[in-house]
Amino acid sequence: MDFSQNHFEVFNLAVSYDLDMEDLSRRYRKVQASVHPDKFVNATDYERRLSLQWASQVNAAYQTLSSDLSRAIYILEIRGVVIQENPRLPGDFLIEQIERREALDEIPQNSCSLGALAAFREEIDTCIKDYFKEFSESYLTKLGLAEMLIYKLQFFTKLRRQVNEIEERILGY
Amino acid sequence: MALLQITEPGQSIDPHQRKTAAGIDLGTTNSLIAVTRDGTPDTLPMHCGNHLLPSVVRYQGELTLVGQTALDSAEEDPLNTILSVKRMMGRGIDDIDRFGKSSPYDFVSNESGMVRINTVAGEKSPIEISSEILKELVERANQSLQGSLDGVVITVPAYFDDSQRQATRDAARVAGLNVLRLLNEPTAAAVAYGLDSGYEGLVAVYDLGGGTFDISILRLTRGVFEVIATGGDSALGGDDFDKCIAEWIITQASFGQDLSPRQLRGVMLQARTLKEYLSVSSIADIDFMIDGLSFKGQLTRKKMNTLVSELIIKSINACRRVLRDVGEIKIGNVVMVGGSTRMLAVRQAVTDFFGVEPLVDIDPDRVIALGAAIQADVLIGNKPKDEMLLLDVLPLSLGIETMGGLAEKIIHRNTAIPASKSQEFTTYKDGQTAMLVHVIQGERELVADCRSLASFELRGIPPMVAGAARIEVNFQVDADGLLSVSAREITTGVNASVLVKPSYGLSEEEISNMLRDSFQFAKDDVKIRSLAEARVEATRLIDALESALSQDASRLLRADEAALLKDGIASLREVIKSRNINLINDEVKKLMKASEVFAALRMDSAVRAAFSGLHIDQLQEDS
Repeated sequence: MDFSQNHFEVFNLAVSYDLDMEDLSRRYRKVQASVHPDKFVNATDYERRLSLQWASQVNAAYQTLSSDLSRAIYILEIRGVVIQENPRLPGDFLIEQIERREALDEIPQNSCSLGALAAFREEIDTCIKDYFKEFSESYLTKLGLAEMLIYKLQFFTKLRRQVNEIEERILGY
Repeated sequence: MALLQITEPGQSIDPHQRKTAAGIDLGTTNSLIAVTRDGTPDTLPMHCGNHLLPSVVRYQGELTLVGQTALDSAEEDPLNTILSVKRMMGRGIDDIDRFGKSSPYDFVSNESGMVRINTVAGEKSPIEISSEILKELVERANQSLQGSLDGVVITVPAYFDDSQRQATRDAARVAGLNVLRLLNEPTAAAVAYGLDSGYEGLVAVYDLGGGTFDISILRLTRGVFEVIATGGDSALGGDDFDKCIAEWIITQASFGQDLSPRQLRGVMLQARTLKEYLSVSSIADIDFMIDGLSFKGQLTRKKMNTLVSELIIKSINACRRVLRDVGEIKIGNVVMVGGSTRMLAVRQAVTDFFGVEPLVDIDPDRVIALGAAIQADVLIGNKPKDEMLLLDVLPLSLGIETMGGLAEKIIHRNTAIPASKSQEFTTYKDGQTAMLVHVIQGERELVADCRSLASFELRGIPPMVAGAARIEVNFQVDADGLLSVSAREITTGVNASVLVKPSYGLSEEEISNMLRDSFQFAKDDVKIRSLAEARVEATRLIDALESALSQDASRLLRADEAALLKDGIASLREVIKSRNINLINDEVKKLMKASEVFAALRMDSAVRAAFSGLHIDQLQEDS
C-alpha cells in the first residue's frame, strides 16, 4: 500500500490532461468497490483503518482529476510549477477582463435579465473551452504558456461563478 | 502441517453463518424498523400491529413509555412527554429558543452545550430520549424475529451536520446497538426502489417531510449509487403547508389574531385534515367547532393549491439549484419520499420540473426504512457477491475559525466521503506548546453564522521560536460523515494529542455514565460487561481473520506465514475461555499486529484486481 502515489497512479493511469472521463469514473467506481469502508464492516480494526485512508485518497484523487481546471493545475504541480497567488498578467488580458466585468455589471439584476445572463455565460464558456484546448496542446512542451493559461482560466472561472451567483440571487435561492 | 481445528459441540465457528441486520428510520414524527428476509425487505409491526412507532417518549418515574401510549398522554403530561426529539439532537439551548417557543418542556442547559429536558425521571438529553425509541424498536424487532439483531443501519437526513450525526450514533451506543452505518435518508429511498438493477443514469430524490425539505441527486451505474449533490431547505415542510391553510381558515372565519394555543392547534389539525382529504377529493366541506370557535365553509383543491404554491415553488427552486451544482439537467427517475409528497400539487410540480413521472409505488412513510434494511443486509455480509455500493457526500462544508472570526473551509460541501484533508498551522509565540483549533460547519463567511462543532486542543507541541513549528492537522471524515482530527508537528514528527470538546455533544465520560445507568449495572456487572465486550471483540477478530485466510491465504501468504496467523487464532480462542480481560485484550492486540501485513497485501491485491478487470473491459471496448 503506497499512500504517496500521485492522483493518476491511484487509478493506474499515466499523467495526462486529456483523460477519457467515462474511463476515469469507471476506474473510480471499480477501486471504491474494493476499498470502500462498506466492504470492511466486519473486518479487523486495522483493515477498516486502511480502507478509510485508501477510500479517502481515492476520493481526493477523483475530485482533482474530474475537474478540468484542478486537473490542469495538478499536472503543472507534478511538473514542478509553483502556481502563484498573485501572478502578473498581460495588460491587454486585464483590460479585456475589466471590460467583461463592466459588461456584467451593466446587466440589471432582475428576472428580465436571465436571457442576457445566459448569453454572457455562453460567451465565457466558449473562451474557457478555447483556453483549455490551448492548454492541452501546450502543457507538454511549453510549460510557461501552460502556466499563463491557468491564470487566465482562473479569471474566467471566477467570472463564471459570479454569473451563477447573480442568477441565483435573481431566482431567489 | 497445520493442526486440524475441531469445533466444540454447539459452538459454531463458521464466519459465514447468516446474520440479521435491521434498517431503522429514526424519524421526527414516527420511527420504523425493517429487516430483509428471503431477499425482500419488510417493516416490522409494533405493539399494536402498526408499523409506525410514534417517536414519543414519556417518563413516569421508574417507568418509561414509548410510542402510541406515550403520544396519547401528550396533552395530559406535556412536561414529561417528549415529541420530535430528533429536532433537538446535537442542538444547544439557543437553537431550541429559535424554533421552539411553543414547546412546553422544561429545558436546562449545562456545560457540554447540548440541551437537556427536566423530567420526573431527572434530566434527560436528546441522546437518551432517542435511545429509548431505538430500544423499543429493537425490542419489537427481536420479538417478531424471535432472535436478536447483529447490527443496524440508522438513517439520518442528508443535511444533518456532524453534531446531529454524532448524537444519533451516541443514542445507538446508549441503546447498546452495533451501528453498521449511518445512511442518508434519500440514498436509502433510492435503494428501496431497487433502481440498481438495470437502470443507469441520474436519479433525483425529492423528500418533503413534516418539517424539512431535502433534494439529492444520485448517479447510478451498475449497482453503484453515487450521491453527487444534496440541497434543500431545513425550514420547509408539511407543517408549513398546514400553516398556510390554517391562516386562510383564520382569515375566512374572521377569528382574529389572538387565538389561544389550544385553538391554534385545533385549527392546524383541521388544516392538515383538509390537506390530506384534498389529495383524494377536489373539494372539501369545512365544519368544525374548537374551544368556542366555529366555522363552516368550503375549500377546493384548486384554491388550496394557490395557497401553498409559493411553498412548492420554493422546493422547486432548491431542485434547480442542486441541478446547477450538478451541471446536468437530464434526470431519468424521481423518487418521492415523505408524507407531504402525497399532495397532488406537489407531484404535479415535480413532474413538470423534471419532465418525468415521479416514482410513488412504495409507501413514502416506509420507503426509507426499507432501503436501510437492504443496505444493512449487504453490510452485515449476507450478500458477499452483491455489487451494491453507496458513495455519499459531505452535506455541509467543514472549516476552522481563523483570525477575525472568519471561517476557512477545509473540506467543501458535496465532497465525496470518506474524505481527508491536512492543513498546516504554526505557533505565534516563542515556546508555545499548545494550540486551540475551533472546528465549524456551514457555508457562511463568518464563524458566527456557521455551526460550532468542537474545539480541539493540541498539546505536546515541542517548544520552538514563534512560527517555526509546523503543525499538520488532519481532518478525517468517515463513511458516516463523522469528523475526527489528529495532529503532528512536521519537523520533529511529534504527535500532538488532540483534546476534543464538542460544542453540542457529550463527552466520552457522560456517554459511559449513560451506558451504566441505562443498563442499571451494579459494580460486578460492569466487569461482566467488560469481559463480554472483550470476548465480542476477540471473536470479531477471529471471524474476520479466518474468513480472510480462507479466501486469500493460499494466494498471498507463504505456508509459514499462514501457520503463524492460524496459531495466533488458536491461542486467542484458548484465551477467550478464560475470564482474564487483560489477557484477552493483549492477545487481540498481538494477533491484530501480526495480521497487519496480510491486511495490506489483501487490499493491494483487491485494488490490482479492480484494474485488471478494467483492462479487459477496455480491450473489448477498443476492439
